[in-house]
Amino acid sequence: MIRVQQEDFDIGAEIARLKGERTDIGAIVTFTGTVRDQGGAVAEITLEHYPAMTEAELARAEADANARWPLQASLVVHRYGALKPGDNIVLVATASEHRDAAFDAARFLMDYLKTRAPFWKREDGPQGARWVEAEARDSDAASRWRLKTRAAE
Amino acid sequence: MRVLYFAWVKEKAGIAAEEVEPPEDVATVAELIAWLKSRGPEFANAFERVEVIRAAIDQHHVRHDAPIAGAREIAFFPPVTGG
Repeated sequence: MIRVQQEDFDIGAEIARLKGERTDIGAIVTFTGTVRDQGGAVAEITLEHYPAMTEAELARAEADANARWPLQASLVVHRYGALKPGDNIVLVATASEHRDAAFDAARFLMDYLKTRAPFWKREDGPQGARWVEAEARDSDAASRWRLKTRAAE
Repeated sequence: MRVLYFAWVKEKAGIAAEEVEPPEDVATVAELIAWLKSRGPEFANAFERVEVIRAAIDQHHVRHDAPIAGAREIAFFPPVTGG
């Protein structure tokens, strides 16, 4: 499931919802990304996104993950709008019978969305505002999965 | 077709979205960028570092050599920085 929202999320509640009444799940991995203050340099960030494409790209990521690993459930929640240091940005949760698939799929979903999902961070702080630059290590992390698309990378 | 701009591309262009009708010989994303740039200094500035500009046609990432025929919506933006 994919959700793009302004509101915060509750990790415990999300896991409980993911599991529901199921008793066949053996492993749940979650990743949470949060806002860093970078030693006081960041007072607030604003996450801009491209609404329709964001959902489409995250859905493609999830479909790709499900094609690669035997997942029983998966969830990506990504926030947009103004966020403060310490706030949640993104949650990825994957459930599988065994831990390897859940770990790998969670990593895959994060690497995918870091390089594909159309979000942009602007940081505001004492030094003014600046758009965050993409990092080469994110493309490197994504390249290990050999993503097949028409993306310009 | 509808053209969308995001993040610093939008700020530099001074516009978030517009309807455009490029000349018929504009066939690829790269040619569309060149044509958009020719329309004024704000667009020339927005697309100055053309090598870092990413493009999407109808909400799919594409390369600059992708054809634009049949596109309803083309978006231009910097490399993504979510997560």
